[in-house]
Amino acid sequence: MLRQIEGSRAVADAVALCRPEVICAYPISPQTHIVEGLAELVKSGSLAPCEFVNVESEFAAMSVAIGASAAGARAYTATASQGLLYMTEAVFNASGLGLPIVMTVANRAIGAPINIWNDHSDSMALRDAGWIQLYAETNQEAADLHIQAFRIAEELSTPVMVCMDGFVLTHAWEQVDTPDQDQVDAFLPPYEPRQVLDPAEPSSIGAMVGPEAFTEVRYLAHARLMEALDVVPDVSDRFAEVFGRNSGGLTRAYRTEDADTIVVALGSVLGTLKDTVDELREDGLRVGVLGLTCFRPFPAEAVRAALGHARDVVVLERAFEPGVGGIVTQNVVTAVPAARAHTVVAGLGGRAVTKTSLDRVLRAADRLPSLTFLDLDRSLIDRELGRLAAARRSGPTAENLLRDLGAVASRIG
Amino acid sequence: MEHEKPFAITLDVGSSRANKTGAWRSERPVYVDLLPPCNQACPAGQDIQKWLYHAESGDYENAWRRIMVDSPFPAVLGRICYRPCESACNRGQLDEAVGINSVERFLGDEGIKQGWSMPVSAPSGKRVLVVGAGPAGLSAAYHLAGLGHAVTIRDAEAAPGGMMRYGIPRYRLPREVLDAEIDRIRAMGVEFEQNSRVTDVAAAKAEFDAVFLAVGAQVGKRAYIPAGDSARVLDAVSLLHGMESGERPLLGRRVAVYGGGNTAMDAARTARRLGATDAVVVYRRTRDRMPAHESEVAEAVEEGVAMRWLSTISEIDGDGITVEKMRLDESGFPQPTGEFERLAADSVVLALGQDTDLSLVDDLPDVEHAAGVVRVGPGLMTGHAGIFAGGDMVPSGRTATVAVGHGAKAAREIDAWLREVVTPEPPARREAAFENLNTWYYSDADRTVRPHLDLSRRVSTFDEIKGGLTESTALFEARRCLSCGNCFECDNCYGVCPDNAVIKLEPGEKYAIDLDYCKGCGICVAECPCGAIEMVPEET
Amino acid sequence: MVVTPIKFYQTGSFAVGGRLLGDDQRSVQSDRERINSIDCGHRACQGCGEALGARYALDAAMRATANQMVAVNATGCLEVFSTPYPETSWRIPWLHSLFGNAPAVATGVAAAMKAKGRTDVRVVGQGGDGGTVDIGFACLSGMFERNDDVLYICYDNEAYMNTGVQRSGATPAAARTATTPAVGPEPGAVFGQGKNVPMIALAHEIPYVATATVADLRDLEAKVTRAMEFRGARYLHVLVPCPLGWGSSSHDTILIARLAKESGLFPVFEAEHGEIVATSKIRRRVPVEDYLRRQTRYAHLFGEKPRADVIARIQAQADRNIRRYGLLGED
Repeated sequence: MLRQIEGSRAVADAVALCRPEVICAYPISPQTHIVEGLAELVKSGSLAPCEFVNVESEFAAMSVAIGASAAGARAYTATASQGLLYMTEAVFNASGLGLPIVMTVANRAIGAPINIWNDHSDSMALRDAGWIQLYAETNQEAADLHIQAFRIAEELSTPVMVCMDGFVLTHAWEQVDTPDQDQVDAFLPPYEPRQVLDPAEPSSIGAMVGPEAFTEVRYLAHARLMEALDVVPDVSDRFAEVFGRNSGGLTRAYRTEDADTIVVALGSVLGTLKDTVDELREDGLRVGVLGLTCFRPFPAEAVRAALGHARDVVVLERAFEPGVGGIVTQNVVTAVPAARAHTVVAGLGGRAVTKTSLDRVLRAADRLPSLTFLDLDRSLIDRELGRLAAARRSGPTAENLLRDLGAVASRIG
Repeated sequence: MEHEKPFAITLDVGSSRANKTGAWRSERPVYVDLLPPCNQACPAGQDIQKWLYHAESGDYENAWRRIMVDSPFPAVLGRICYRPCESACNRGQLDEAVGINSVERFLGDEGIKQGWSMPVSAPSGKRVLVVGAGPAGLSAAYHLAGLGHAVTIRDAEAAPGGMMRYGIPRYRLPREVLDAEIDRIRAMGVEFEQNSRVTDVAAAKAEFDAVFLAVGAQVGKRAYIPAGDSARVLDAVSLLHGMESGERPLLGRRVAVYGGGNTAMDAARTARRLGATDAVVVYRRTRDRMPAHESEVAEAVEEGVAMRWLSTISEIDGDGITVEKMRLDESGFPQPTGEFERLAADSVVLALGQDTDLSLVDDLPDVEHAAGVVRVGPGLMTGHAGIFAGGDMVPSGRTATVAVGHGAKAAREIDAWLREVVTPEPPARREAAFENLNTWYYSDADRTVRPHLDLSRRVSTFDEIKGGLTESTALFEARRCLSCGNCFECDNCYGVCPDNAVIKLEPGEKYAIDLDYCKGCGICVAECPCGAIEMVPEET
Repeated sequence: MVVTPIKFYQTGSFAVGGRLLGDDQRSVQSDRERINSIDCGHRACQGCGEALGARYALDAAMRATANQMVAVNATGCLEVFSTPYPETSWRIPWLHSLFGNAPAVATGVAAAMKAKGRTDVRVVGQGGDGGTVDIGFACLSGMFERNDDVLYICYDNEAYMNTGVQRSGATPAAARTATTPAVGPEPGAVFGQGKNVPMIALAHEIPYVATATVADLRDLEAKVTRAMEFRGARYLHVLVPCPLGWGSSSHDTILIARLAKESGLFPVFEAEHGEIVATSKIRRRVPVEDYLRRQTRYAHLFGEKPRADVIARIQAQADRNIRRYGLLGED
């Protein structure tokens, strides 16, 4: 059913259609509306049987999900930013235990400085957590990816993180086609765990494993994620069969076939990029876009196939490794060692990624340095660097920058 | 459905049994079987702990039968024994000793009530003469009859029982109880020849394959005390004997009893019952040095018997006695002070101990005697082959219980001698010490006091003064047993092992240590209530 | 003959079992067929109180739930010594996730069971004092306030033993640990620190809170059984001496737990819905010194310069417990 609906609500409805049995929720912007929607569904009785647990922290949220999943329940939670970091230990644990939990990450920057707006620092920080990471481009895809995520997770006994850009998607009202319950039921069979806490068949889950077998256990986790490279597109295909639209998969290419320059990106920025590409194409520049829907596991083969012919690869990243540079870039380069890759870090902490700026860097793709910070206010940086050089106690950098900008009180919610 | 579980992270139950932690151990626990102090102390050689064990479960018949293995007199000794077992009882260090004697009496009475009897072995063809129907003789006769020997008892008195009948007052031992337990011996085929004093053992021996002499000590000791013609002086043995043979000696209102033993107490208490308003015991030392049993003294005092410590009678005349005050020297021996006092008394009863009439062995030169008692070997045999002796006529503690023990031992020895077999001594067991108990586990439970006859009736009648325990109080009392040094299957070791290395066997089979997993921590030993487990080093 | 019903036994109610007890009077541990939730071959130290306490508690819980039970374990000694690959000692469905999340994981299991209509399957969360009173405390409190249907059992051995005896929020004053060494003017853990989690649990007004020790099996079993009669959050705090960390003889584990209770240092009580409903009275009161002397973690109090002042402060703590919880008198 097509509805004009907030992204969070669309996701909540999609999750509800997957019949989760345990939902654990801790509020953090910009994820909150999702669990609020689910709370309403559970409380009203329209999502049943389902236990909605208002936990005391994200660490508890993931822990409750671990317990629920190990007990054979379909478990779901959602978080963002600090919350994701706060639950980190449990995030790793869930994948280590092979529990098919699905979690929405409403992508948001990580402090300090505290910032509630969108970038990918949170999920990127947990890219090594052993979870499958899917990035939604649109609210429709966000909704669809959740339905796929449960199937992928349960097929592989591996947790899945569905990443959607905070505010940009979560709070955006768009048309979303919400499927029928019958369709979802047909697509998503009931959860049949590989291991379960069952009094009728007791086992010990979560043993301590020493050097004699730890490597093998870790290798098996790796193998399971590599297996996802087949499962993720397969599930996407089956989804298309049932629901009649393409969502998910590993990568999505846009006008890349003849492109000299291909921009690689994840998430909602892909829409802006496609518009920009269309405009650049009108000017005769052969530019294309490769969207990574699946970042973990990294679809190296698909990326290589898509980028192999490109002269320049621009990786537009909404997070980066301080002291190194692009995160996605490294993965791309590993997949396509011959690529001339340029990292463009953009949209940190909610800064708008405009067509104008994208247009500017893409026109100069062949001349880009290896690392560019899009729309960086160089003068602000220089003033602060100057202060730092002049005085040891120069005050907090973020406050100084804001003062320079003339916005003394930051309105952080 | 068996799921394929994730490698290494998920494990199947019970797999740790592959890890044999017993290899860590340097010491191992071992169950032991120690000698409880009650058993150790019992002159009759009773396995008290074992019969209490049966009594605890309400299995009174087996408890009774376990007593009867050693003693034919549970109802009698349950009344008159001075209870060395209770003095030794480890529970005495915790709250109060187990009332072993009261349980024994309960079981004895139950045995009489239920008419339980003991089996007799096939006839051996051997004949044994027992001289004297006191506790030693009767005990020997009982055991010998049980072993299949033909036993004849010859006894000088009109009725069997010896001092149990002619020395112990009825208020302590009702005669129907004594008769019932003697009748049970009679029912086993023992021939009783009463009024049949044996004067020539050598002659009697010719009729029998073996003889057991147990004539007791019946002759009251005399002391030289100047006494006027009008003085009424008699000895306690005669007084008590007279009571039984139907005499009612005239003692008068004021009676002085001279001596500090149990017989003195019996005499004084008998005097009270015969109407004496003033009964005073004169004793040369202090109460704590009195040979009489504490409870006898206490009961005598309760009944109004006066005690005059540190006094000797120096003179007796028609209306009283002169006593000299004594003092104890450093060694505790009484010394005269030269201070004298008069005490009014209508009669004086001497209770200064008893001697044995040894004239019956005068004609047997190989039967040695010294200091008034017959000398016997460790097997109770005299110097004359086939003639054994026991009870008060040999060096002994001179109580009925000791005599019963002698009888049992003599019977064993006579049996072995007759069958010409040597009975090996059972290996000595170490004593179960209080220090090895973990008394925490024993709930606080003071002993059950036997009901006592109303005091006013006590001093006027010869009714038995102590009641018996009821079934529930007997059970309670039996269960106060700590089972020192012997497993009573409390499950503590089984429960407290952190390694599940104690295996609980079938009921009655107790426990075993699973040495595959026992790490040797020793908690089972520390927490065993009764000290029945010990740690021993592993051989390296 | 009519046999009087058995009222007493040699050992009253203090021993594990006894041949004369009726079925209803037998402890779970006395049962030949007891489940042995934690099996032979575990790698706990000799005389480990925690291994014992866990078997006591879980076997009782298994009986109370007709074996329909799942256990969730925090990281710690109990977890490490029971489940080193490739061997597990658990005979029950058991899950270990992390150090600090056992109460929340247990909540998740309970939520799953409820959603699946399997409310017959009960959940026990368990951990040591570190996992409970320190790192897992937020999860514990959350589980309490939501009144999740979990019995959480803390096996308190008063320090981080698995990592080598470091101080926890449950370490008592003056005790030597690797991070509160017995040096300086105030050797050992300092006075005025530490938290009383049973009382904090009580303040949550959850259906059931109780303390127990491995020295009184029947009390412990009764409390587990009682706990299982409630729905909602329940907390059981069990004192489990650690021979290694406390420096006590392996055979003294139960004795020391008993002395902790009999001295008043460890009050044993139970509470329902925020109110204490029963206290286990001291049966044979002992001075704290009897308890302290058996443990080398207090050896510095009895060295060349005995610290009578410190012992007196510990005695004062015991005396305060005795007053506060009413530990003297008849049961």
